[in-house]
Amino acid sequence: MVGDLVSPILRFLSKRRWQRFISMAAASCTMVWMVASCAVSQEDLASSVGGATGTSSDSSVTVYTALEDDQISGYLESFQTQYPDIKVNIVRDSTGIITAKLLAEADNPQADVVWGTAASSLLVAEEKGLLEPYAPAGLEAVNPKFRDDANPPQWVGIDVWMSAFCVNTVESEKLGLPIPKGWADLTNPVYKGHIVMSNPASSGTGFLSVSTILQNSPTEDEGWAYLDKLHENIAQYMHSGSRPCKAAGAGEYPIGISFGYRAVKQKNDGEPLEAVFPVEGSGWDVEANALIKKSDIKEAAKTFLDWAISPEVSAKYAESFAITAVKTDVPPPAGFPEDPVAQLADNDLRWAAANRERILAEWTKRYDAKSEPKS
Amino acid sequence: MTTTTRHPIVAPRAKAFDLEAWVMRSLLGLGALWLVVGVVLPLFPMVGRSFQNTNGEWAGLANYGQYLTTPSLVQSFLNSMGVAITTTLFSVGLGFIYAYGLTRTAMKGKTFFRTLGLLSLYIPPLANAIGLIYLFGNQGLVTTGLFGLLPGININLYGFNGIVIGEFLYCFPQAVILLVTALNLTDARLYEAAEVLGASTLKTFFTVTLTSIKYGLMSALFVCFILAFTDFGVPKVVGGNFNVLATDIYKQVIGQQNFSMGATISVFLLIPSVFMFGLDRIVQRRQNALISAKSVPLQPKPNPILDWAMFGFCALMVAFIFTVFGTIILASLVKVWPYDFSLSLKNYDFSSVGGGGYGAYWNSLRMAFYTAIFGTAIVFTGAYLVEKGRGLNWLRSLTYLLSTVPLALPGLVLGLAYVFFFNNPIWRIPFTGLAIYNPLHWLYGTMALLVMANIIHFYTVCFLTGTTALKQIDAEFESVSASMAVPFYKTFWRVTVPLSLPAILEIGIYFFVNAMVTISAIIFLYPANLPLAAVAIVNMDDAGDIAAAAAMSTLIVLTSLGVRVMYSWLTKGLRQRSEAWLHR
Repeated sequence: MVGDLVSPILRFLSKRRWQRFISMAAASCTMVWMVASCAVSQEDLASSVGGATGTSSDSSVTVYTALEDDQISGYLESFQTQYPDIKVNIVRDSTGIITAKLLAEADNPQADVVWGTAASSLLVAEEKGLLEPYAPAGLEAVNPKFRDDANPPQWVGIDVWMSAFCVNTVESEKLGLPIPKGWADLTNPVYKGHIVMSNPASSGTGFLSVSTILQNSPTEDEGWAYLDKLHENIAQYMHSGSRPCKAAGAGEYPIGISFGYRAVKQKNDGEPLEAVFPVEGSGWDVEANALIKKSDIKEAAKTFLDWAISPEVSAKYAESFAITAVKTDVPPPAGFPEDPVAQLADNDLRWAAANRERILAEWTKRYDAKSEPKS
Repeated sequence: MTTTTRHPIVAPRAKAFDLEAWVMRSLLGLGALWLVVGVVLPLFPMVGRSFQNTNGEWAGLANYGQYLTTPSLVQSFLNSMGVAITTTLFSVGLGFIYAYGLTRTAMKGKTFFRTLGLLSLYIPPLANAIGLIYLFGNQGLVTTGLFGLLPGININLYGFNGIVIGEFLYCFPQAVILLVTALNLTDARLYEAAEVLGASTLKTFFTVTLTSIKYGLMSALFVCFILAFTDFGVPKVVGGNFNVLATDIYKQVIGQQNFSMGATISVFLLIPSVFMFGLDRIVQRRQNALISAKSVPLQPKPNPILDWAMFGFCALMVAFIFTVFGTIILASLVKVWPYDFSLSLKNYDFSSVGGGGYGAYWNSLRMAFYTAIFGTAIVFTGAYLVEKGRGLNWLRSLTYLLSTVPLALPGLVLGLAYVFFFNNPIWRIPFTGLAIYNPLHWLYGTMALLVMANIIHFYTVCFLTGTTALKQIDAEFESVSASMAVPFYKTFWRVTVPLSLPAILEIGIYFFVNAMVTISAIIFLYPANLPLAAVAIVNMDDAGDIAAAAAMSTLIVLTSLGVRVMYSWLTKGLRQRSEAWLHR
């Protein structure tokens, strides 16, 4: 009797389609259950992750830096002799990439400190709330012009880099071009098609030049008028701060608007270059350090920041930079002006940061929409 | 697709048969899951950014509006299209002739041409651009006519011309790979029939040859167009003031740290890819299998005029590619180009320059090796399941779709998407206010994630190589195995893999070589303790150590070539056995 009743049900159940349905349903239920059991409100989870206090005794420190590769190992020597137990992991890249990396990793910062990266970029990170104010030991020795005004400061400078022209003497002679002395000379029509500079939309060095020109012109409109004239002579806007100088060094274009350290270094490497520091003054930016805001700030990170402005390493910085934030008795490297601080034009880094978006939009509208390179 | 029906007589719900179906389903499921995690999910935070302002607040379509009202967008878009179309025509056109010479003529030196024709694939794109500048730049060997010895030719490198030449070097080998695979597998009976029917050589070419490689040709067009449309390395270095979409992204992300706008432009980059994808699907639907179980392999007959013409053409192509490479080697040995031509090996001592030196080189080698091993296994299995799998049609279509998406993603976009997706310890579920722990967070900063990014980045070309090869294997093999109750995995291992071995080996070496030279996808991903050689080139180039950058490039190229030669040599026996059926 019972068998009569059960067998059709069994037959029904044995149908493959039904089996598949059951297994699919079971699988989806499990999935939903698993996701649902893990899901909590975003705020709760974010705070629980953010609030977790990890081990801060970890003796390694991850450093993001835009300093030149060949400089880093020399600088680090003194750190390693003083703190042999602290392991330093260096991530070196161009300023743009380091900044982009910092912002991209904002949800879960990987770096412990930033070392020697443009202050104008750190201002962007500061605005996004990625930095932890910290007053490193020995802060009083730092020139107030080259650090954040706040106390404790968000960032502290170590050195200053300034814009300079790289002029290829061999090619200039071939083309019969006079060596330009300053910004005004560059608009001379003889230079038409012979000047390259960094694109301010893709390079910090390019933005430095443009913002300095705008700040040091009587009015901003006159600054743009100057840039209009300069644009007539520009052969290419390049996507890197050092590339214009490299192009000049290789004779691709006789004149590259770049920065001082690069011009002097390439000249010393044997390229036929003249490093010209414009008579009107150079644009400049500070290479600065900062502590990254994260849940477990390591003691080692603070140790590193203290060391990074110590007189000892500052003397090392001074071997390649004419101006250091902590004054040293090392003379400026050969090729730089005698009084490098006097060479600096007026530059308000905060104004530049606040107006950056507007300046770049205007610059792009005026000069970047051109499609064909001039010959 | 396949019309396999389960004959109750042959397979009366045997246990093995059920197992087989489940293995197939779970493999398909796993394959789709892999692509969802590797491609789709990381895109969410990325696309999400395009609707946010720079502070992460919802901004709706404001970014799109802002970009569309900027006059440079239309110009950049048109520039990108112009570059991509020109590059595609040159790469596929010349690539076809080259591949034809390699497969369908009795030309001499095929092994030589097969290896060296793909040389520029082994060269980091940045190094190719450096080589072009030394050749065609204002101080280039060609422009100055070897510094005044000969009349110089100025091709106006910076801008459209430079980009097209650079992209051509980048795309040509990719086109050759896809076309060689397509041309390699054909049925000689078709040609015999054409000959018997009295068709002229030209007619045979159009009606048999072109028709039979239609799918491979379409894939090559698809790949070259997208690669040229999305690459940023070449326009960055030789583009001058000629703006393209990829450099616009670079300017936004690297120059201005504006991820929202970068994400917005990335969405614009996806549009033509979606269009090409639709086109590809339509053509693909009409493809029939070319190799049937009864196929007879084609043995090219000697034809002195054609053979020597082909030889001349291939030699010219190799000469051009080799000139660019030779210039890079020269640059790595010269002290100060172009003022001091004394030679030295000091550039190969990387201890005084940054980037990680030989440590970075070893890391790259390891990464490339893992990418080749795991990538090949995953891609080919995936291609097999999509092409030859049974059942779950929707899942197979979805997997196919997802497998072609990576090609449309510029490396920079992929890398950033990975950072957003994997580095975040929690995932916010959109529109719910809920969040879950990110179970994949531990991958961030590991070699495994670098390998995964590489596999996904180069997925599509390998996948298309795989499907092109698989499509040309007759479905009868599967039908026969199924009716004899041989499980599909045995057929896969015993028939499909051996038949497709040339394509599989090609995929492996493609993964290896690309992982050695790639920059864009990993530049955001590589952790502090894993410096990589290709990234070191960028760092050296940025720091002005061009000679050292050229030296590292040379090292990478020689390594890849060495691995390639060793690989061909080691697998020679294997290939001869698996290709024995192709020879009468």
